[in-house]
Amino acid sequence: MDTTSQEQTKKFEPPAATAAAAVETATQTGSKTRVSARDVNVHYGEKQALFDVSIDIPDRGVTAFIGPSGCGKSTFLRCLNRMNDTIEGCRVTGKILLDDVDIANPDLDVVELRARVGMVFQKPNPFPKSIYENVAYGPRIHGMTSSKDELDEIVYSSLRRAGLYEEVKDRLDQPGTGLSGGQQQRLCIARAIATKPEVLLMDEPCSALDPIATAIIEELIDELRENFTIVIVTHSMQQAARVSQKTAFFHLGKLIEEGPTEQIFTNPLDKKTQDYITGRIG
Amino acid sequence: MVEPSSEHIVSSYEDELKELARLISEMGGLVEQAVTNSVNGLVRMDDELARGVVKSDQEVDDMQRRIDDLAVSMIARRQPMASDLRQIISTIHVATDLERIGDMAKNIGRRTIEIGDRQMSAQLYSGLKHMSELALRQIDRALDVFNARDEIGAVEVCRRDDELDSLYMSLFREFLTYMMEDPRNISDCTHLLFCAKNLERAGDHATNIAEAAYYLKTGKSLVLESDSMGTVG
Repeated sequence: MDTTSQEQTKKFEPPAATAAAAVETATQTGSKTRVSARDVNVHYGEKQALFDVSIDIPDRGVTAFIGPSGCGKSTFLRCLNRMNDTIEGCRVTGKILLDDVDIANPDLDVVELRARVGMVFQKPNPFPKSIYENVAYGPRIHGMTSSKDELDEIVYSSLRRAGLYEEVKDRLDQPGTGLSGGQQQRLCIARAIATKPEVLLMDEPCSALDPIATAIIEELIDELRENFTIVIVTHSMQQAARVSQKTAFFHLGKLIEEGPTEQIFTNPLDKKTQDYITGRIG
Repeated sequence: MVEPSSEHIVSSYEDELKELARLISEMGGLVEQAVTNSVNGLVRMDDELARGVVKSDQEVDDMQRRIDDLAVSMIARRQPMASDLRQIISTIHVATDLERIGDMAKNIGRRTIEIGDRQMSAQLYSGLKHMSELALRQIDRALDVFNARDEIGAVEVCRRDDELDSLYMSLFREFLTYMMEDPRNISDCTHLLFCAKNLERAGDHATNIAEAAYYLKTGKSLVLESDSMGTVG
């Protein structure tokens, strides 16, 4: 993090109404809001992909986005760390506050934002480098450490937190790409948490993994939620039901319903949610 | 409180849910018949009818097992959600209650065989007959509201259980008087008293079925303020 980018980072004061709404949600769910989105619209060229999405994402919990393909859940997830910036013709409007900072602000340092909002993708994508370097890369480029010992400590603790350390401690210098699919995904999680992000975005993190590797990742998500705010996009409703405390259902670019996971899966209020989770609409 | 409109994309899932509903209806029919026969056997002192009720309880038990097996298999294979999950869970509950009502009918059948052809006061029998009509109406209505997912009807069924309870209490007092009048009545009166208790319990199970209907429709438990203190015994 250099000083220029710090200066460029403008703080955004939330309007009173939004703050009040956030406080209200926080009281309802019993935890404070970490990310607050209001009236988010996304266009890809002429096509509108998201319509007026407003949602509060609680701190230190798992929020799951579900919905059929093309419903906008991944598009919205990608708004949370400005990944949509990389897509040509993509236009995002509305407000997304991470704590009090408007992350849609064009002057915001996106590199710093992505250190605060980490991401794990559908397919494990370790760098073609050693296991150690995969995890050390982020902290190094963000200048988080001043000595090799400190860097070692971050790498080891991140690997430990990702539940991978015991399996790889004797071959940290070997390529990350040589690990199994499930191990690679845990390596990517270790890489994402090495920069000590506040929010961890997961875009179908288990869809390329077998059931056992999936169970290990789910167990890990359960542990990580003590320290991180996790947002997961998943096509497996059972997974959403298992790992999340809050679930949001998207359909045709709109946020149809959000609520406590238990309520969404046992007694949803909206007919579209009901029809989707019971397998009546695709 | 949302109802699914369309059918499942997976048609065999839809078929299984329909089969579950069909089995409950069939089991409900069997149980209602058992209660009717048991009370008819009692008031007409029809030993044959009573034996038939005792025998047919096996059929009810088998039915419950079939429903349980299908429900468990569906949970394992389909991972049901929302209203489907509620339908499966409440069906398990209803099948358990129906099986218990079947047991009540069986008990009445057994006591009828025990009483044999010893004639008791016609007044006592008419009280029991009236109770059985009330209990049967409650069971029938409860099965209807479950089938129709009618939460308002479900509340009505629960509220009407008080009638059955007070009828039981008045019969209870009548039996006591009868026993005090002549201790030789004690043995048969006790049998009849237990039969009345069985009918009162059958009514409680009908209430449970109505509660299951309410949960099925709304996803919430039905909590009613009751001013009665319940029944004795």
